[in-house]
Amino acid sequence: MIAVNRKGEVWVFAEHEGGTLSEVPLELLGKGRELADSLGVPLAAMLLTAGEGEAMVRRLGQYGADKVYLVEHDLLRQYQTATYARVVCELVQAHAPQVVLYGATAMGRDLAPTVASALRCGLTADCTDLQIGDHTPPGGKELHRNLLLQIRPAFGGSIIATIVNYDRWPQMATVREGVMVMPEPDGRARATVVRHPVSFNGFVAPLRILESQRREKKVNLKAARVIVAGGAGVGTREGFRLIWELANCLGGAVGASRAAIDLGFVDKDHQVGQTGTTVRPALYVACGISGAVQHRAGMEESAKILAINIDRSAPIFSVAHYGIVGDLRVVIPRLIRAIRSGARIEGLAEPLGERSAASGDARG
Amino acid sequence: MANHCVVCVKQVPDTKRLSGQAMKDDGTVNRAALPAIFNPEDLNALETALAIRDRWGGTVTVITMGLPKAADVLRESLFRGADRGILITDRRAAGSDTLATSYILSCAVRRLAPDLVLCGRQAIDGDTAQVGPQIAEKLGYTLVTYLDELLDLRGTTVRARRNLGNGFEIVEAELPVLLTVVDTANTPRPPAARRVMKFKKARCRSEVEQAIARELPAGTEDEKATEVARRSLALAERGLLIGQWNLDEIGADLTWCGLKGSPTKVHRVQSIVLAGGAYREFEASEDGVARLVRELIEDHTIG
Repeated sequence: MIAVNRKGEVWVFAEHEGGTLSEVPLELLGKGRELADSLGVPLAAMLLTAGEGEAMVRRLGQYGADKVYLVEHDLLRQYQTATYARVVCELVQAHAPQVVLYGATAMGRDLAPTVASALRCGLTADCTDLQIGDHTPPGGKELHRNLLLQIRPAFGGSIIATIVNYDRWPQMATVREGVMVMPEPDGRARATVVRHPVSFNGFVAPLRILESQRREKKVNLKAARVIVAGGAGVGTREGFRLIWELANCLGGAVGASRAAIDLGFVDKDHQVGQTGTTVRPALYVACGISGAVQHRAGMEESAKILAINIDRSAPIFSVAHYGIVGDLRVVIPRLIRAIRSGARIEGLAEPLGERSAASGDARG
Repeated sequence: MANHCVVCVKQVPDTKRLSGQAMKDDGTVNRAALPAIFNPEDLNALETALAIRDRWGGTVTVITMGLPKAADVLRESLFRGADRGILITDRRAAGSDTLATSYILSCAVRRLAPDLVLCGRQAIDGDTAQVGPQIAEKLGYTLVTYLDELLDLRGTTVRARRNLGNGFEIVEAELPVLLTVVDTANTPRPPAARRVMKFKKARCRSEVEQAIARELPAGTEDEKATEVARRSLALAERGLLIGQWNLDEIGADLTWCGLKGSPTKVHRVQSIVLAGGAYREFEASEDGVARLVRELIEDHTIG
């Protein structure tokens, strides 16, 4: 671990895939800026690449990074735990940041705990909010000021816990994609580059990556203004056609609860929820979704929520603004008729996803 | 020994069933009332280990850190085919966060010196997915997260497919490795009837002590101790004594255990009230639906 250091910077791990930054580090720079300003310290990004990182450095600057710690080495061309963790630990020990934030992505949830273990420092996963505040340990008299308050749901979402780490620094946290709001880029902003030379000294990367396939997501839920989501209550894959029709008619995207994915109604890309995508559309229509806490965590900040469910006591109604208690097989066609006769929808866009002929294999 | 697998499992409250009895009157969850279950992804990890043994031979030892009642998940593991179960239990481990937990488990694993360690990706109570990777770091084992399928195990080389959510990776590494297993990897085999019949009588030492305390409330400490030893020996002879280690027996440095060994501390906990909010119901009739749509159009939510 590093010594508690009040001049330490706020850092964001700049996750990227083959030279393109992921969205989550940009979202974290937005929150990072607030934290850094509150602490009166610079905001920086850590960028590990095999070279040609200029475009990413520029972008990180535009999204608010004052500095970019740039590490270039051939061994960093493809992510693997041992190489990246080694470099991140070196950077942290050399420059002693107060706070290090990572996206809670597949990469982040592999890297961050490894770094925390090596540095013997604290790490809180899946934070839904981060603030600066004070803490006094129970039964203690010392006041620890200006700590990172790491706020996250736990116990299946039934509690919100605020976690602190006052003596085993840096304070590290992971945050899921879509949870923090993406800041507006400033085209004129520039980050200072701090090159950190790293020598692997004959280090042999333990993992051999033989094959790597990435696929484009079939639907962009985060960008959708309207989402119509179906749950287990839809009943069958054929029944899910109603969800597609309602989404089409509203110019929206199709979402789904984990249960609907597991039942094979639609592809995993459409999943909304704590382990799927977190969304904040202007309108979220939840059809046949009971509203388990893990689902609610992914959509409860939608501006308007309409819930349709045959069960009056379904928890989804507790977060909805509008509710219709009824059979969605009857209600959705009525909605569609009312929408089509009631208004001409401007800018009706083709939904990004094609009608899914999903084999029901959640692995896609 | 080739292909010696250790599986780390956890007994967790069933956080996926938050309803009815688990709710208090104020709408918050009564955590103590939740039934205890085998963490789902740890079942997938156990299945992976059993499949390795089926295909390539070796042994499967299951360990868990918890209170004596966590021996339940060790019995469950024995029912499904594990060769051996060990409970790590010690009051001084209370309050451990993921770093302290992974430290304690790594001390236990080190004693067993396996070729492969398997963990579920994450537990449904903490949801952090941190313990697996942290055990790997402490042991210096190569970490392979999000195991979707173990493709080959030849000599000392493992080939695996990882499910990254937005794609896959095929990787190779030399033993020893630590794998975290995701729920899409496999369907855990059910308990085998004959193994249930045999191992339902398996007990760990603490459970024996608790039973003797109940059965001989008036006994002296010596009498109880003698009975505990006798009964434990009888269980051991029939292969029914579940192993049990405390922090001293695994060589753990207490500085890194329990609350003291945990960098992360709870500042505050707030219960979520699962009710309330400005909510309006509309009738499911043509009229009710039309009124709702009109309102949504009028305030520019749609249209």
